[in-house]
Amino acid sequence: MNLLRTFGSRLLQALLLVVAVVVLNFALVHSAPGDPVETIAGASGGMSEELKAELRASYGLDQPLPVQLGVYLARVARLDLGYSYFFNLPVADLIAERVPATLLLVLSSVLCAFVLGTGIGVLAARKPNGWLSQCITVLSLVGFAAPVFWTGMLLVILFASVFPILPVSDMRSIDGASDGIAGVLDVLWHLVLPTFTLSLVYLAHYSRLARASMLEVLGSDFIRTARAKGLADGVVLYKHALRNAILPVVTVLGLQFGNVLAGAILVETVFNWPGLGRLAFESVLRRDYPTILGVLLLSAVVVLVMNLLTDLAYRLIDPRIQKR
Amino acid sequence: MNHLFLSRRALALAAAAVVAAGSLAALPAAAQDIKKGGTLVIGTPQAPRHLNGAVQSGVATAVPSTQLFASPLRFDAQWNPQPYLAESWKLADDGKSLTLNLRKNAVFHDGKPITSEDVAFSIMQIKANHPFATMLGPVEKVETPDAHTAIIRMATAHPAIVLAMSPALAPILPKHIYGDGVDLKNHPRNGQGLVGSGPFKLTEFRPGQRVVMEKFDKFFLPGKPYLDKLILTISPDTQSLLLSLERGDIQLLPYAASSVDLKRVKANPNLQITDKGYEGIGSINWLAFNTARKPLSDVKVRKAIATAIDKNFITKVLMGGFASQVDGPIVPASPFAVPDLVKYPVDLKQSAAMLDAAGYKAGAEGERFKLTIDYLPGTDEQQKNVAEYLRSQLKKVGITLQVRASADFPAWAKRIAEHDFDLTMDNVFNWGDPVIGVHRTYLSTNIKPIVWTNTQSYANPKVDELLNAAGGIVDPIKRKAYYATFQKIVTDDLPIYFINATPYHTVASKKLLNMPTTIWGPASPLDEVWLK
Repeated sequence: MNLLRTFGSRLLQALLLVVAVVVLNFALVHSAPGDPVETIAGASGGMSEELKAELRASYGLDQPLPVQLGVYLARVARLDLGYSYFFNLPVADLIAERVPATLLLVLSSVLCAFVLGTGIGVLAARKPNGWLSQCITVLSLVGFAAPVFWTGMLLVILFASVFPILPVSDMRSIDGASDGIAGVLDVLWHLVLPTFTLSLVYLAHYSRLARASMLEVLGSDFIRTARAKGLADGVVLYKHALRNAILPVVTVLGLQFGNVLAGAILVETVFNWPGLGRLAFESVLRRDYPTILGVLLLSAVVVLVMNLLTDLAYRLIDPRIQKR
Repeated sequence: MNHLFLSRRALALAAAAVVAAGSLAALPAAAQDIKKGGTLVIGTPQAPRHLNGAVQSGVATAVPSTQLFASPLRFDAQWNPQPYLAESWKLADDGKSLTLNLRKNAVFHDGKPITSEDVAFSIMQIKANHPFATMLGPVEKVETPDAHTAIIRMATAHPAIVLAMSPALAPILPKHIYGDGVDLKNHPRNGQGLVGSGPFKLTEFRPGQRVVMEKFDKFFLPGKPYLDKLILTISPDTQSLLLSLERGDIQLLPYAASSVDLKRVKANPNLQITDKGYEGIGSINWLAFNTARKPLSDVKVRKAIATAIDKNFITKVLMGGFASQVDGPIVPASPFAVPDLVKYPVDLKQSAAMLDAAGYKAGAEGERFKLTIDYLPGTDEQQKNVAEYLRSQLKKVGITLQVRASADFPAWAKRIAEHDFDLTMDNVFNWGDPVIGVHRTYLSTNIKPIVWTNTQSYANPKVDELLNAAGGIVDPIKRKAYYATFQKIVTDDLPIYFINATPYHTVASKKLLNMPTTIWGPASPLDEVWLK
């Protein structure tokens, strides 16, 4: 009951936050200079005055901004994201087509960063001054300092010309199999480099975090007790210590989900990955307001849901939180 | 230029004769040599909004649209109209009507015959919806005396109508699909579910990602197209497109213009490169003056600025020698271009003297006045680098030029459309006939708050008169004489200082034969292209 109430109020907060996000995004997007009709005229190599006025009117851009915002909010309330100005297609369709690609990239990267990062961190914590620990410090410095697009580009150059063994662009082979096991393998094959690039930053982060948190836990009384009981090193490490040490990692993972999504924009652009990030980026250049707002709204919802899930995961990992 | 133009024509004719004579003997062998089938992958950084060129101009849509839709005519590499959907045609002597005699075996991708009704429907839809209002401006109606004859009637003489029948400008749409009353600009079948008339039919359209087209077996030209499949793959990053080309994933990359990329391609033994195929769009990189602002309203100041600019340095050094200089408003490759223009050889001393004479003496620290320059973002080599060069060059004659960057195209377009600029670099297409792409920049009636109109606020009644008259002259030699005078006046009034032709190149794998090198290049049907 208590849990339900907590989640009920969380949900309400989340809803209000979504509305705030929509209004804020709307203001932000419309404060960028230029408008979509200008872009369409640009893509057309010129345009007559009449046609421009007609386009503006058909998109409702001739209305005052508050009216446009009201119309948009009313639409979003009905779960209608409107039509893309540029492609003249429902934004929901455009997004739905791109969601799987981004989800695949983000989840595989988070998973890769989480599993590998924690693993390396735990290993390093066993010998805090050993060579592995030193390596991790260096790795995390490099991983943090190097922007993802730069790492991505280096990898593209490396694997496009020096070792042309991995695909560097797109999600599928241009003229390859699109279904069956061959299709799945094709996608996985294309997924390797973008996943590695995107997970690199977080891998460094998680390994540092896991190492620090593990060291702290390993110094606590209950570990000494466990060791005194004569438990095997592995059991102490993975059963007693890890479960306690992983909490901060999970928190950061949940909170950073939004960052990973943001990083995906760059990675998707570098690797020509047909996901939401690329759609958002290109839509900004086109001033395609409905599409930008749609993607931002979806991202906000995803981040909120992830935060709620993080809360939930917390309770599963550490039962004490529930009692408080 | 007249001489050059004539000799080029003569040369082309001679070449055609040689080819004809040669092909008579070699025809069977040549026919055998062509390998049919295969998939051609074309890379492009520009995402088409949709695929219907009747309501969307620009090369992004033109490349797929010209594969999917046939037009009444097509053009060869010497600006000569060629039969396409129309097997013959006649422009009336008074220039007020164009009769098209259509092929009788032509069908749409759904199997229904292509008739004069469809041509009439398409022409009137293009007139009503296409962004280029002047292209079919004088068209009043299209008569259809029988199923295979269409007569386009115009209120005034309009010789540009012949060029307006090009693949990129006049796609013929099925009336039974697009005549359903839905606004054609927003028609749902402009993308998914498109029914066309061209050599390839649409099988897949993923907005912003790819367009897949397959050979249409009932295409009206027997034996064509040679290829089985065309894939247009879209990537906003030209570097990744170039890498894909080097790896062999892509076989054709049109509209490549960066000298770094072009040098890399030239050094690659597996790739071929051509600058043919861009005469039609006629892209000019230029410096525009806002003549409504002081001190640029003074023609002497504009001339002094032009005299400080070394076009040779720009094309040879900044653009790696791939670009050629342009001195007038019409690209040299156009049949209407003339060499008799007012030119401004670089001379810094003279430039300074001209500014002195104009009354702008150097003040403290040698500065005469301050100006700003904008540039189109995205193509640094053509735009940003030239703007930066101008800054350092004009400093030498006492003009402080501040370079204003724009984050992206809409940001730049807003400034220019609002006439909120002193100087700007710009890149504008001729689009084949001057009526379509040249008049718009110089007519005083076209000073509008829109990019690529007369945002220079240039007004010369003589120019208005010349252009308005030239648009209606049927005899090409007489018409050219009008444009000759126009070009001389504009280069003397100098609302724009013309710098260079955009060095567009088509880059392709050496396995590709019959590169698209007609005046419209890649924005024309690829029905004769084949892969070894």
